[in-house]
Amino acid sequence: MSLTAKDKAAVKAIWGKIGGKADAIGHEALARMLVVYPQTKTYFSHWSDLSPGSEEVKKHGKTVMGAITGAVDKMDDLVGGLSALSDLHAFKLRVDPGNFKILSHNILVTLAVNFPGDFTPEVHVAVDKFLAAVSSAIADKYR
Amino acid sequence: MVEWTDFERATIQDIFSKMDYESVGHNALARCLVVYPWTQRYFGNFGNLYNAAAIMGNPKVAAHGVVVLHGLDRAVKNMDNIKATYAELSVLHSEKLHVDPDNFRLLADCLTIVVASRLGTGFTADVQAAFQKFLAVVGAALTKQYH
Repeated sequence: MSLTAKDKAAVKAIWGKIGGKADAIGHEALARMLVVYPQTKTYFSHWSDLSPGSEEVKKHGKTVMGAITGAVDKMDDLVGGLSALSDLHAFKLRVDPGNFKILSHNILVTLAVNFPGDFTPEVHVAVDKFLAAVSSAIADKYR
Repeated sequence: MVEWTDFERATIQDIFSKMDYESVGHNALARCLVVYPWTQRYFGNFGNLYNAAAIMGNPKVAAHGVVVLHGLDRAVKNMDNIKATYAELSVLHSEKLHVDPDNFRLLADCLTIVVASRLGTGFTADVQAAFQKFLAVVGAALTKQYH
């Protein structure tokens, strides 16, 4: 399900609206994921505090969302652009790819909560496709 | 049997007691048809579903969204017996409507997003967890009679 020109424009537009709130969005999405899908906590057993308000969750949400924001400018070649991150996830982190869908869902919920007027069905489908394409690029080196 | 905490029960009753069924039902079903276009396969007789605007403005989509949402009422009123409550509807979806059960999850996700956008910050992670658990239980009950 490849990204059309319309999808790319919609993704760029909503990311423009998100602007400086990207860090907060990343934090909230990660916090929601850890609460709503507790099995995802298994990847963070090395953290001291997995509660939504923790500094570790906030910092990591910023890291992840930062990379996704970076991917907005790489939509014409996500596999190439995210190659290093794919190496990281495949050989070091080894996050089961099923979890990319889970985090993506929580990013969508977070956008709906914070940008209800802008997160129209057309923007929703474009962002869903974009996150799926990013997930696929991250999983590219898995096997 | 599904165990519900007091918080989960209260959350579900609260969300549905305050819900604008007309608006939420319409928007959730329309969003599903836009975001997951293959779901349109079940609505061949609904007329114009060519683009997002057509789907959002389609009166049959609006009407049916409300029907589906009211179907959830049964679960809201019978939280301790959802499986039995939906036995008949499960047979209907399997034998008559031939709906792939994967679709229950897709509609549930769209409903979650619509409710999230209405409740805003009130849709906390704990509220989200309770709501998604409820929809997952309903989905499982609707799938139960498939064979």
